[in-house]
Amino acid sequence: MGKRMKQEVNAGSMADIAFLLLIFFLVTTQIATDKGLQMRLPPKPDPNDPPPEIKFKERNIFKILVNSQDRILVENEPYGDIEQLREDVKKFVLNEGVNPDLSDSPEKAVVSIKTDRGTSYEIFIKVLDQVQGAYYEMRADKVGLSAEEFRNLDQSKDDEKELYDRGREGLPMQISIAEPSKIGG
Amino acid sequence: MSKFKKKTNTSQEIPTAALPDIIFMLLFFFMVTTVLRETDVLVEQKLPSAEQLTKLRRKSLVSYLYVGKPKSSEQFGTEPRVQANDAFININEVILFVNQERDKLDENDRDKMTLSLKVDQETKMGVLSDVQQELREANALKVMYNAPPKSAE
Repeated sequence: MGKRMKQEVNAGSMADIAFLLLIFFLVTTQIATDKGLQMRLPPKPDPNDPPPEIKFKERNIFKILVNSQDRILVENEPYGDIEQLREDVKKFVLNEGVNPDLSDSPEKAVVSIKTDRGTSYEIFIKVLDQVQGAYYEMRADKVGLSAEEFRNLDQSKDDEKELYDRGREGLPMQISIAEPSKIGG
Repeated sequence: MSKFKKKTNTSQEIPTAALPDIIFMLLFFFMVTTVLRETDVLVEQKLPSAEQLTKLRRKSLVSYLYVGKPKSSEQFGTEPRVQANDAFININEVILFVNQERDKLDENDRDKMTLSLKVDQETKMGVLSDVQQELREANALKVMYNAPPKSAE
């Protein structure tokens, strides 16, 4: 037998190739951001049933109107600062019948958002964000978490679901999105 | 002098033989976690940001609707349009789309289907409410207004 040659594949540039592939995937990857504001639409009205008679006391509805110029009217007063909305919604919901202009109890409180067809989506999201934020903060306060921790509770885990349900109890998120008026747009 | 000239015998090379393995490991990680974009978005998508975000737990239950101005305005006009999958659809076709998507799901997951609405921030509420009326008609009541988190200001 002859002297055996040491046979070796030159693997020095392997790292370079791998790097190239890696950078390709790094650049093309987009981490899916499936985050957003969740809402539940009301079911469609049954044509056989007459429209349900809605008996809401005026005080139990927190009315937010946005016109086609993106101006906001809250409880019939012009409103400047959207950030303030969160505190006002909280005050309204947690009133427990003290102030005669605000809600009777959290269960009865309804926040109504009505827009115009010409209202921009951006302002609608801002308003909805504030209102939902108010609710999340109230629920989180109840169980002693921060609003962010509360939103991230995983309902598939039993202990976290229990916390979630406890926060939700008695604080239904009743946000009504009225059909937009037909002016503008 | 000789004190300083003394050379140690240990090799000063860092063994790089395992480097490709490490890189490959990273590579596989990214390959596995990558989700390639499935649809070409034909409308402008500048989503408004929000704070009170919740994550969707199960991606398989989510269908997407894109609403916004068409990107190529000379071809499709400047009015906001609705896009589902790869094509523009009329508002009255939303029901059809929802039902198609629902048929793809497992029978006992059908009521958990979520519609993720990706709406451009300049869209007017009129279009959105038309879409929502159709969704109500189609009995797809769980919607999510897709929004990226607010970056720290």
